[in-house]
Order: sequence, then C-alpha cells, then structure tokens
Amino acid sequence: MKKLWAPGAFVALIIAIALAAPLLGLADPVKQDVARRLSGAQPGAWLGRDEFGRDVLSRLIWGARMSLAVAFSSSILAGAAGVALGLLGGWFRGLGELFAVRSMDIILCFPPVLLALLVVTLLGPGAGTLILVLSVLYLPGFVRVAYAETLSARSHDYVEAARALGAPTGRILLRTLLPNIAGPLLVQFSLAVAAAVVLESGLSFLGLGVVPPAPSWGLMIRGARATMEQAPMLLVWPCAALTLTILAHAGDAPEAAPD
Amino acid sequence: MTRWLFRRILTSLALAWIVATIVFMTLHLVPGDPAELLLSTGGAATDPAAVAELREKLGLERPLLDQYLSFHSGLTRGDLGNSLVDDYPVASEIALRLPRTLELILAGTALSVVFGMPAGAYAALHRGGRFDRIASATAAFLLAVPVFVLGTLLVLLLAQTLRLMPAGGYTPIAQNPAQHFTLLALPAIAIAKGLAAIVFRMTRASVLDAISRDFVRTARAKGLSPARVLVRHVLRNALTPVLTVLGLQMGTLLGGTVLVEYVFNWPGLSTPLLRAVEARDYPMVVGIVLTISGLFLLINLIMDILYAALDPRVRAS
Repeated sequence: MKKLWAPGAFVALIIAIALAAPLLGLADPVKQDVARRLSGAQPGAWLGRDEFGRDVLSRLIWGARMSLAVAFSSSILAGAAGVALGLLGGWFRGLGELFAVRSMDIILCFPPVLLALLVVTLLGPGAGTLILVLSVLYLPGFVRVAYAETLSARSHDYVEAARALGAPTGRILLRTLLPNIAGPLLVQFSLAVAAAVVLESGLSFLGLGVVPPAPSWGLMIRGARATMEQAPMLLVWPCAALTLTILAHAGDAPEAAPD
Repeated sequence: MTRWLFRRILTSLALAWIVATIVFMTLHLVPGDPAELLLSTGGAATDPAAVAELREKLGLERPLLDQYLSFHSGLTRGDLGNSLVDDYPVASEIALRLPRTLELILAGTALSVVFGMPAGAYAALHRGGRFDRIASATAAFLLAVPVFVLGTLLVLLLAQTLRLMPAGGYTPIAQNPAQHFTLLALPAIAIAKGLAAIVFRMTRASVLDAISRDFVRTARAKGLSPARVLVRHVLRNALTPVLTVLGLQMGTLLGGTVLVEYVFNWPGLSTPLLRAVEARDYPMVVGIVLTISGLFLLINLIMDILYAALDPRVRAS
C-alpha cells in the first residue's frame, strides 16, 4: 500500500490547482496577443505563448479545470444512476434485474468513441454533450459493480439482522448495504474519471469536444500540432499534463498492480 | 460444437439487430425535431424551408414504424442511404475505406501479440528481474498515455525532430509496397500500444499462474524438456485469458483507430466519419458507426470461437 500515496497525492494536487485556478492570478486563458504569438518562456508567461499569443501555463491550468469538471460531473452522474440501478437490481432481482442490469450490455456493444460521435452529430459539440455522453458510457461499469457487490452482500448476516430488526428497504439499501459496497465503487469511480479524461481530451483533440476558445488539454494538443516545427514544447506540456494525470489515477486504483 | 456455434452466431445477429435499432432510435429519442436539431448552429433560428427539405430527405414525414422497416430493409440490402452533403452513397464510401481501417487494426493487433506475448512470458519466467521491472513499468506507461498523445509524440520525435519516418499519409500497396509499409508502421505502433501492454500483463499473470500448477509439475516430473513444458503446457493454458482480454479490448481499439487515422492522415473510415460529424451528415455517421460496431461484434464472435477451440470446457457449457 505504501506505493499508493504518491499517485494519490498527485491527483489531490491537480484537483487543488484546478479548483484554485481563479485565485492563482493567472493571465486570461482566452485573451489573444497575436504580436507575441509562439514567444518562449519569459516572466509573466512561464511556459510561453501559443499560436494566438495566449498564455500556455494559464491555459494548462484552466484546461485541467475543464477536463476535471467534465470528468467528475459525468462520473458522478454515472455513479449515482449506476449505483441506484445496481442496488435495486441486486436487491429485488426478477424483472427489475433484467431491465436495470442486462440492458446495460447494449451500451457495451458500441465502441465508446463511436457512440460519443453519434451523439455529438445530433446535439453538437460542447461540454454539456460531453457530460451526457460520458455519463451514459460509464453507467454500465457502475451498474455491474454495484449489482455484483449487492448480490454478494445481501445474504450476509448484518443485512439479515437489519431486515430482522424491521428496517425499511430504503434504509437497508442506503445505510446498510451502500457503505459496505463503497470500496469497489470508489475504485470504479477513479477508473471512470481517468477514462473520462482520456475520452474528453480525445474528442476535443478531434475538434468535437470542448468548444474553442475554452481551454482544454485536447484542444491545446490539436492547436500545437500545426506549429510543432517552431514550438515543439507547446505540444509537450499538455501531453505531459494529460499522461501524468491518467498515470496518477491508474496508480490510484489497485487494478494497476497486477501481482 | 455445431450447436454451440449456431447459438453463438444467433446471439451475435440479435445483438447486431439491437445495435441497429438503438442507432435508429437515437435520432428520434433526442427531444425536439431531429431535422431542426441537425440544422441548428447554436442559437440562430433555422430556415424552415431547409428543415422541410431535410425532413423530406431523411423520410421523417413518414410514420415511425415505416421508417424503421425501410431502415432495416436498407441494411439487409447493404443500402445505408446517401450523404446529406454530396448525395454520394454511404455504402460506397465505406467499401472504399473499410479495407484500409481493417489493415490498420490487423497490423496493430499482430504487433501487440508479437511483442506482448513473448515479453509477458519472459517477464513471468524471470519474475522480479531487470527485464520484468522495465517491461512492467513500460506497460503501465503505455496504458496511461492516450493513443492520440502517443501518436502525436511519435510524429514529433521520429518525423519532426529525427526525420527518420514520414509524418503520415498513405500510398496504395500496388503503387509502392515499401512506402506503403513505411507509412503503416507508425499508426500501427500507436494502435498497438495499449493492447500490447494489456497482452503483456495478461500473459505475464497467466504464465505466473500456470507455472505453479500441478499439471506443470507433473509434466516436469515425467521428464519433458523445459521448452516442451513451456509451449505445450504453460503457454497453451495461458493463452485463453489473453484471448478473452483481446476481445474485451477491441472496443477501445476500434475507437482508437479513429484517433490514430486522424493523427497520421490515414485515409480509413475516420476521415469521412469526422467530416460527417462536423457537417452533421447524419446518414454518413450512422453508416460508419454501424459498420464499426458490426465489426466489433464480428471480432468478438471470432474471439469466442477461437476461445472455444482452445478450451473444450467453453463448448460443453
């Protein structure tokens, strides 16, 4: 377990910086300064300026805010709905189980990026569309984990005891079962956030996610591709930020340790 | 085996039907008039004449059931409708580009198996050694780095800075085979990255599991050569979990090809797909999404058949 504190601390640091973005006295991430486009590092713009003369450090941090906001809101939505469906399916079984759990297999029939592109075609790109698509895509994962854990926990003595004491079903589900299955669900949440960051940046990279000029790591990589000859570092910063964030999230989850 | 196979194929067909139905329904499930939605460009009012024309084109005036049936009969005839942008048949566009996407997927899968499996087996047999540590760390990195980031960095490093490889493009194999495969190399590596890492981890874990089993001890005890024990007993038994994981990862792989083709200008299905999403060219998007999802189902079917061929217990159940 001692290996795990470092990635956890890194995730916490990124979240803290993203939350504190307005307080850090950064330059306006969307303000253009074409006269100083692609200028290198200098006081006031520590990582230089991009192809429109926007401050790269500021865009990196505001981009983290955007990526994490999208990833966390979609994972929370998917988690809330998925846990509800999984708990109900695992507790009541029967027909509800069929609808709540088996129907999720349909979402898994689609390669995720393609389902996302289909929805973007209909609704147009933007953060709202992203949150909707990502929460649908990560719903099955939460349903499966919550369902499997509920099935194995429901016959335990402490659940029987709560039932024998006459606790209402809602109380058993939320106060007895939920806290006991929270561990695997948190792991699932961490995985969903990491996957959402990857997919959000991928779609933004294709120009179909976050709408410019709002900062996003995927958009920054997209923009820097055109100027990689003159300013290769513009490409390296968002790539590094993205990879480190995902690496830290993966390191957070025990799944990453195969032994 | 025949009965099992028959049932498995039937399941795949049923899933394909469900996928097609879901795709058909997405257009009608979103609130509001689909035609108006497709023409809307943030805030600005849509032109009623254009909306009426699009409704006509997509057949939205007809009863829903009627639309659904003609959508399905079109699918069985291989007719996916025409592009809204240039009226070109969607199926012809797909027929032209699908082989190129398939080539990329095949090359990527082959690369990941060729590198991932031996590396995984070697790492397991020399567990904790230098190779194991380096390869495991590399796998963790490859899993974390998004496919388009790796692709872009490969271009930056190998094409832009070192000038070893072309940055991207495509040459038909009939025209210049050498150049064709040079251009295939980088996108195939980018596609293979995640899969190779997963194959590596799975092989390592299942070889580690297999070498401690009784049947391996027995095989050794009866005097089989170490190489024969490894190939016939350890690797054969380690293969099934690897196949399962390959099947499970195909969705991510197919999604990854969209990004990789874009990074390397590989003219597969992703070019018309992205152009169509941007232009809100609904029939084109639906055609390509259905094709790739169908491919996904087909690959999973093939994986399951291979799985059953390797492991008799699957057929029996």
